[in-house]
Amino acid sequence: MTDQSATPKSFEPVPTAPPRSQWADVWRQFRRHKGALFGGGFLLFITLAVLIGPYLWTVDPQKLNIRFKDIRPIYTALWDGDAKVNWAHPLGSDNLGRDILANLLSGGRASMAVGWAAMVISVVIGTVIGVVAGFFKRLDGLFMRFTDLVLSLPILPLLLVAVTLFRQPLRKNFGPETGMFILIVAIIGITSWMQTARIVRGEVLALKEREFVLAARSIGTKPFKIITRHLLPNVLSPIMVSATLGLATAIITESALSFLGVGFPSDFPTWGKLLSDAVPRMEEFPERVVLPGLMISLTVLSVNYIGDGLRDALDPRIRGR
Amino acid sequence: MLTYTIRRLLFSIPTLLFISLIIFLLLELAPGDPMAQVPLTVPPEVKQKMREALGLGEPLHVRYVKWLIQFFWVEPQVFVDWLTRDTWLFGWLPDTAFSEGKLRVISWQTRSPVMDIVIQRIPQTLWVVGLAYVVGILIALPIGIYSAYRQYSVFDQAGTFVTMIGFSIPPFFTGPLLIVVFAVGLGWFPSIYDTTHVVRDWASFKIQLQQMIMPVMVLALQTTAQISRFMRSSMLDNLNQDYVRTARAKGLKESVVVMVHVLRNSMIPVVTVIALGIPSIFGGAIITENVFKVNGVGQLLLTALFANDLPMVQTLTFIFALLIVVFNLIADILYGLLDPRIRYD
Repeated sequence: MTDQSATPKSFEPVPTAPPRSQWADVWRQFRRHKGALFGGGFLLFITLAVLIGPYLWTVDPQKLNIRFKDIRPIYTALWDGDAKVNWAHPLGSDNLGRDILANLLSGGRASMAVGWAAMVISVVIGTVIGVVAGFFKRLDGLFMRFTDLVLSLPILPLLLVAVTLFRQPLRKNFGPETGMFILIVAIIGITSWMQTARIVRGEVLALKEREFVLAARSIGTKPFKIITRHLLPNVLSPIMVSATLGLATAIITESALSFLGVGFPSDFPTWGKLLSDAVPRMEEFPERVVLPGLMISLTVLSVNYIGDGLRDALDPRIRGR
Repeated sequence: MLTYTIRRLLFSIPTLLFISLIIFLLLELAPGDPMAQVPLTVPPEVKQKMREALGLGEPLHVRYVKWLIQFFWVEPQVFVDWLTRDTWLFGWLPDTAFSEGKLRVISWQTRSPVMDIVIQRIPQTLWVVGLAYVVGILIALPIGIYSAYRQYSVFDQAGTFVTMIGFSIPPFFTGPLLIVVFAVGLGWFPSIYDTTHVVRDWASFKIQLQQMIMPVMVLALQTTAQISRFMRSSMLDNLNQDYVRTARAKGLKESVVVMVHVLRNSMIPVVTVIALGIPSIFGGAIITENVFKVNGVGQLLLTALFANDLPMVQTLTFIFALLIVVFNLIADILYGLLDPRIRYD
């Protein structure tokens, strides 16, 4: 049947559309998931906003302006005519006169950077451990016992311990901001790879018994080449799903650490830090809690929806329907 | 089953030892100095003496083994002593006094045994966080059952959305949000949890109830999100099974089919998930306890960390790990007991 010229008069319907690639199929299925599409749009918007925003809204987030302190967001004027609003600070300013919009933008940069970097680290570690454990039978027991061990560590308390205890030397060596960034990214990364490793190992275990791996092996492909050429592309979809989950948890964990007062210093705001700084005065200025909180929640919500949509789109059993 | 349990129990011993070693080394590598707060006028040899008084003079392995002995040998002895001395259950036995004159794990902040402080803090945590867990489960189960039964209905879509929100909104946002709305705006509930409040009569019980509502709500949202999702997918797995069709075909009422046949089978994985979540009651509520100023175990860990109180931090972190290991074991055994298809041996 594959030879088209041999059977010219077959009743096979002639394909009108050009063949679709796998990723086009995935995209078609992904588009059908409303939440995922909205999530993707929002994540794109937020990412662009925190990347480009600081060039458009050029107010320095650290600039103190004591005359324009405690300005409410512009929308409070809708219901409260006497509110202190100013178009120079559309989302208001804090108790030192720092512009909240600029802070949100630069805080978003930090939060997203931490989230992405930590996610990449955890996915790389998880994939390597999962692939190695699944592929090399001799290392399987050792690696999986190790994963179980790490899984039974209490993560949040350990994160708190590690961050509080290692803050000083890293700050000394890399400066307060970079040091904190390295510390938090590294710590979140090395404590959240376990789920990825388990999923990847399971997939690899099933895949390596398949015929194409046998075929590759029979023509003398080296194990490393089998992994990169045949296994990794096939475990890409579970990795991508767990990467989205990892991004969401990394953003939340970073914010939680900042909220508990062990994260970034105050002059290097992240969304979590902005939120926690605003909590003591949230009775008068609830928007300072609500705005960063909304940013965290919406970003994480959109990432979770993307993960949901990706899970459906990358599963070939669901995709056809 | 029994051999499996014994094997798991034996395996959990090296696990726990390894975890305690990791925690110990982590704290050991940390550069924090407990003498940092001591004035500079104190001469170095006095400082050295103070360090030795805290037990820091010994080499690494000696301190680790000593901590192990204190935690696994002396503390249980203290517990037995307490049982035979102060409780009505075993009080009739002669006072054993095993721990007479033995050194327990001492907190550097308060110079009192760490376990005593932990036991003082546990009731607060258990009341707030444990109740939240129970409430969360009670809300989650019906939601999960109904949204699986009416898959893709409006209720299911709404439930999915709410669980997504529960997953996505962190407790350090829901907490302040609830405080802004209910404590500041409406003035219904106090924003701070008063642990010294004693319930004597109806009025004080109402106050207790009011101050518990908000932290319980925050924590229950998270539990509900997780467990209702799990309940839903577990119900969905079972609803398409042949035995359900058989039950319907032989004329059983729909309520019996769903609530007895399907529910009992779907509960098996859910029960283990509930068991797995129990350790997070203690460890995961640090943020909520911090928001509502509940002086529970999580808050104890946080203050101990900031005060560089290493024995306290080490013991607490290890207790969290112990709980995780124990409840993992319980969940696995429960799974084997509830589901006869699972055979570990």
